[in-house]
Amino acid sequence: MKKKIVYELKGLYRDSLRVTGYEFGKGKKSICIVGTMRGNEVQQLYCCSQLVKKFKQLEEEGRITSGHKILIIPSCNPYSINIQKRFWPIDNTDINRMFPGYDLGETTQRIADGVFQAIKDYKYGIQFTSFYMPGEFIPHVRMMDEGYSTVEDALKFEMPYVVRRKVRPYDTATLNYNWQVWETQAFSFYTTSTTTIDRRSAGQSVLSIMKFLSALGIVKYQSSGRVQQSIVFDDTELVSVRTAKSGIFEPLVKVGDEVGEGTPLANIVNPYDGEIMETLYAPLESKVFFMHTDPLTYANTAVFKLI
Amino acid sequence: MIKTVASVALPVDEVLAIKKRRICPEGKTKGMKRISVVTGIHGDELEGQYVCYEVGRRIEAQMDKLKGIVDIYPAMNPLGIDSITRGIPAFDLDMNRLFPGNIEGNMTEYLAAEIMKDVSGSDLVVDIHASNIYLTEIPQIRINELHEDFLVPVAKQANVDFVWVHGASTVLESTFAYSLNSTGTPCLVVEMGVGMRITKAYGDQMVDGIFNMMKEMGIWEGDVNPVREPIISKDWQDVSYLNASVGGLFVPHVNHWVKLKEGDLIGEIINPLTGQVLESVTSPVDGILFTIRDYPIVDEGSLVGRLLRKEVYEG
Repeated sequence: MKKKIVYELKGLYRDSLRVTGYEFGKGKKSICIVGTMRGNEVQQLYCCSQLVKKFKQLEEEGRITSGHKILIIPSCNPYSINIQKRFWPIDNTDINRMFPGYDLGETTQRIADGVFQAIKDYKYGIQFTSFYMPGEFIPHVRMMDEGYSTVEDALKFEMPYVVRRKVRPYDTATLNYNWQVWETQAFSFYTTSTTTIDRRSAGQSVLSIMKFLSALGIVKYQSSGRVQQSIVFDDTELVSVRTAKSGIFEPLVKVGDEVGEGTPLANIVNPYDGEIMETLYAPLESKVFFMHTDPLTYANTAVFKLI
Repeated sequence: MIKTVASVALPVDEVLAIKKRRICPEGKTKGMKRISVVTGIHGDELEGQYVCYEVGRRIEAQMDKLKGIVDIYPAMNPLGIDSITRGIPAFDLDMNRLFPGNIEGNMTEYLAAEIMKDVSGSDLVVDIHASNIYLTEIPQIRINELHEDFLVPVAKQANVDFVWVHGASTVLESTFAYSLNSTGTPCLVVEMGVGMRITKAYGDQMVDGIFNMMKEMGIWEGDVNPVREPIISKDWQDVSYLNASVGGLFVPHVNHWVKLKEGDLIGEIINPLTGQVLESVTSPVDGILFTIRDYPIVDEGSLVGRLLRKEVYEG
């Protein structure tokens, strides 16, 4: 294992911002794994830490195939994590909206450029990322519907679900999109949580990446022998269940629950008198793929996404 | 007349309402032209607040001169304005990346869609921004090159110092102005002053411009003050960007909108702890300083100024 500083930015009164990478193996740039870009992505950081631990073990045991280099960057943004702020401390910009970056540009453009220069030539790219709304997901792999990533490769993760995402205008400045412009096969990993640590889904992501790399011949990893078939669908196929009222959100189900048509999913409760203002029901037989987790909700909010 | 454009109940005993004021002549208004003055999409940009007030005040003083409809939307993001937040509080979203919105979408998308519905069809929309809390801008209009043909002639009437035609960007397709301009409602984006402040002189300048445009449109029959001829830039190479090479405290040594020669000192980046000058920021070209850093703390890469090259304004 080689620990190296991928990018460094000097602070005025703070310690330097150091984007640290962990390199395993030698040879062609095979796979790069990137963790947090935002200060609240604790689970994403945790997943990468578990991967660093696992790769350290694999390397010590000689289980990384020669000729392959693996790079893991647990965090591109320690500054924001350390002050518990989602975006960049001074100007509130999002590093994951600055790719491919610009070395003479503004601060977060420079960080994006510094990171991207180090990671753009890898054949495969995995980013642990988060949704813009607070909530929990069934762990899944996402890929854009345009670009170099293939469903065939995504299936090698053996995650329960593979979601194809339609590219939106704002995606064009994300790491995933730009990786693909530079011909990297990019995948985004969503585990259950973001601001809290969920060990089970973190473990599942480590295992999935082991299966993926094992299928590609990059690591030697003994799996159970049973191949788990992923369900592949487009993000437009998810059925949203929206609130009509604002109030206290009282969920009646959990992420991953199977629900029948008409199953009560959540109550929206009046925050003053405790009266139930609205009960949300499953419109079809399905599984809870995403669930809002904040105790309060606004009207018109898609608090559930069902598959 | 005050009208609610969109409203949503918040979780605890409060209704979020986006309001507009319509000023028009008494009686029938059918067939009359309509101008919409919009501001407050970014909650930390307040320069447009004064413009909204002053446009209304001047019209009321001479109501008989009004021959069209003036819609004033002072607060597109009321929660942001009330909490000194640029985006929409609680969602941490930039409202100017949500358009055209979605009437069936979440609260923020719904609000954006209702705003679009209400403003669309105006003969002209003026969307007033105030840079951000970091930079001060000379009054200027920014135009996407895709909409240059029909917007530049109007922008010349707006009494701004500078019209900046910039390149198209996919990311900007979700702005309010792009969404309107691409669906047939002309919208000018004004940037002036600095966030969290009111610069009255810039506000008065913009109000003069709005009245001039209203006169050109046939909405206003009263006297208007003479307007200035803006410098127009259509080439990206016309503008030099000054980014800090080091983090520190930026102390300006020149005033905004000053003409500089190559090598002139613009400011210094200093370290108050060590007493060092970390960088002397100098002008890389002969030009005029149309953007200057207002918020003193800079990171490496922070923008400290923008210069328009001399060749552009001296032909």
